[in-house]
Amino acid sequence: MFSYVLRRLGALIVILFGSSFLLYNLSAISTDPLEDLRLSDAQNRDYLIQALTRELRLDLPPPLRYFIWLRGVLGVFVGNPNFGLTREQQPVVEAIVDAIPTTIRLVAVATIVAIVLGIALGITSALRQYSRFDYGMTFFAFLLFSLPIFWVAVLLKQYLAIDFNDFLVNAKISPPWIIGLSTVTGFFWATMISGSRKRVLTIFAGAFLANSIFLSFISATEWLSYPRLGPIAIAILGVGIALGVTYLSVGLSDRNAVKSTLCMALIGTILYFPAQTLLDSSRPRVGILLLLIALLISGVAVSFLFSRIDRGPVIRTSIITSVLIWGLILIDQMMQAWRPFVESDDVNYRPVATIGQSTIWLSDVSFWVRVLDFAMHLVLPTLALTLISFAGYVRFSRGTLLDVLNQDYIRTARAKGLTERTVVMRHAFRNTMIPLTTIMVGDVAGIVGGAIITERVFAWQGMGTLFNKAINSFDLNLLMGVILFLSTLAILANLIADLLYSALDPRIRVGAGK
Amino acid sequence: MAKQQQNVEVIKDSGENAIFNKETEGLSQGQIVLRRFIRHRAAMISVVVLFTLIIVVYTALDWRIGDEEDPFIIPGWWRYGFEDMPELRYGADCVDGSVGCPTIDAVAFFDGDGVSLGEHPFGQDDIGRDYLALVMRGAQRSLLVMFIIGAIAATLGTVIGSIAGYFRGWVDAILMRLVDFIITVPVIIIGSVIGFHFGNKGAAFLALLLGLFSWTGLSRLVRGEFLTLREREFVDASRVAGASNRRIIFKHILPNAVGVIIVSVTLLMSGAILLETALSYLGFGVTSPDVSLGLLISNYQDAFTTRPWLFWYPGLFIIVIALCINFIGDGLRDAFDPRQRRRLSRKEKANARAMQSRSELA
Repeated sequence: MFSYVLRRLGALIVILFGSSFLLYNLSAISTDPLEDLRLSDAQNRDYLIQALTRELRLDLPPPLRYFIWLRGVLGVFVGNPNFGLTREQQPVVEAIVDAIPTTIRLVAVATIVAIVLGIALGITSALRQYSRFDYGMTFFAFLLFSLPIFWVAVLLKQYLAIDFNDFLVNAKISPPWIIGLSTVTGFFWATMISGSRKRVLTIFAGAFLANSIFLSFISATEWLSYPRLGPIAIAILGVGIALGVTYLSVGLSDRNAVKSTLCMALIGTILYFPAQTLLDSSRPRVGILLLLIALLISGVAVSFLFSRIDRGPVIRTSIITSVLIWGLILIDQMMQAWRPFVESDDVNYRPVATIGQSTIWLSDVSFWVRVLDFAMHLVLPTLALTLISFAGYVRFSRGTLLDVLNQDYIRTARAKGLTERTVVMRHAFRNTMIPLTTIMVGDVAGIVGGAIITERVFAWQGMGTLFNKAINSFDLNLLMGVILFLSTLAILANLIADLLYSALDPRIRVGAGK
Repeated sequence: MAKQQQNVEVIKDSGENAIFNKETEGLSQGQIVLRRFIRHRAAMISVVVLFTLIIVVYTALDWRIGDEEDPFIIPGWWRYGFEDMPELRYGADCVDGSVGCPTIDAVAFFDGDGVSLGEHPFGQDDIGRDYLALVMRGAQRSLLVMFIIGAIAATLGTVIGSIAGYFRGWVDAILMRLVDFIITVPVIIIGSVIGFHFGNKGAAFLALLLGLFSWTGLSRLVRGEFLTLREREFVDASRVAGASNRRIIFKHILPNAVGVIIVSVTLLMSGAILLETALSYLGFGVTSPDVSLGLLISNYQDAFTTRPWLFWYPGLFIIVIALCINFIGDGLRDAFDPRQRRRLSRKEKANARAMQSRSELA
């Protein structure tokens, strides 16, 4: 195993040599940084050309320049790396390190949302194979596959930012909208759950009614203008989370798990009150951490209290519940910052941002307003990236689950009388996750590359912007820095994917001879 | 009770099996695949739509063949070329004071006047060029790029993948390291580097270079396929019979791997059209004065609020093309998958039951 990893890392270095040599020469041969100067009619033209030639070592052929560059890079091994300077005389490493957090923020949220949503919908689609829901999802996924991301981005900017901001000024939902949205929701749930005609109609009517009551309530209380969860909503949502997580993880028949997760919902609601002062204090980050620790400890304690045997699943379930409730309390805190955020001069009633990664604050604002601001800037790019990448997860998880469901061990599990939930969640879903995990890890590198366009559309200053700048200003050092970073990431991701594969599936042994 | 249930299950199963068996009786593998594909409704619709689209797009504009000065012209069905600059419509001609608005009138269809195209159905751009002509030219370029990338990647991927998979050993090692070289860098980055430096040499040249870098995924798939197929008995048999390596590769193994190749190439092509639009959007793809769909969107994305047609039509063409290719790929995958069974219609199920009970009575 160890030698396998070493061998792979060795191969990584060789590959990086090769691909960097290829790309360096490709870019060097085909660019002419002097072109602008040659065409200019400045007095000191010849002098400028000479200066630039000396600076960029243009007198040497590209392969030689590559080795000069490589000598600096190889300094990594003696602890003195030199990736060169950008054309603006900034160290390349510095420029990249500055850009990484932005790109990670952009990619991480989108990836997580895409994975969770994609897998959930893909699995439902597979369980309802050849149903209307399945055909609908297939069409939807293919449609998303076919969309250019910048095209989607422009639509999102128009309808979800500009129009939605206009709507938020006076957040009244008109009756046609309520009826339309409720019909869509009704259709979604009816086709998703499906069953006999009577059942479908009941579900449709139920979802339609619930949704229209909910929307009318939101409209009447102007909740969208003054959003707030409060202890009551947190208690209700907490119970919902508790039951939902228990159902998916161990089933509602496990009374101990139900009791302990419900208890967690109660504890979460009680902790909500001290959390307010804790989170609003001068050190909100400590408050966030303390709250999480308190919830986790009480989660473990409660599950020890309620379960005697087979504690593992109960503890796991309680911990998932407590983390979700922690999220709820934080969301509530962000909602409380909504009014100051929207009313501030810098935002001026345009909460959903179309460009940039954060507002440049001219006035002094609280921690939570800043957090909310980050979140509102993330909405559109995340949505665009999610829409594009989640289609792949839907298709892939659907296909894999269908394959798994045809296996003999699934038939065995059904034959020995396990409930459908256990068969799907324990036996099928876990085996579906094996190929999915490797795909996910492999995708991360690709998504960072794909973020180039998203960054450009939404004017974020991340890796993509650096890359664009490098290529447009003939900045070979910067270009090679970005490419080296991305390709290292891609190779490492592949290595991790292979290792994960063998860790998840014991039948596969990596590096075990030919 | 449970036993009875099981019996019903068995009967139903064998009845349906009989239907499937009857359908494939006396047909070659190719015919079976073709039949399955024709039955895939979404894929068939996509084939029709795509072919219509290709014909419409490529016959829209005049073709100029021969030298620049005195070309031989094959006239297209549309009255404007993408370089013509007719008078820009504005003011009273356009309803809401916009410039170069589209004249296509679908509403008239509901009045009973029929659809009228008008002078500029898709509107005009800033300097009055007819937008329909521009979109047609853009679609021509995008389709051309797509087919060139698809053809080059398919050829290279298949050849390299089959050589690596068939000969194994050091040939395989060298070729797969080559693949690793190329895979390490995201395609969009390679595309940008290439496009930035060679984009001005024309769409076809750009596509040619992009094709040289997009075959890697396919070659891996083909190699995997070859590694399993070369161990099969029919390969041994042909080797014993004295067949050359070339014959074994092309006549015996490749036909068995063709399903994987076709499916993967269609997906590659739908990826290629999006890659081209993305590169043109970044400014590294097809450059002005030539036109591509991505370039059109990129040029007019800021015009969305005032002149949305400049944004809608090229986007619509990209989506329709990519969607068709994706559905065709899906249909092909289903057609080539031997385990795939279509869903029987209610009538066929009834027939199966009837057939079963008849045979039991007899």
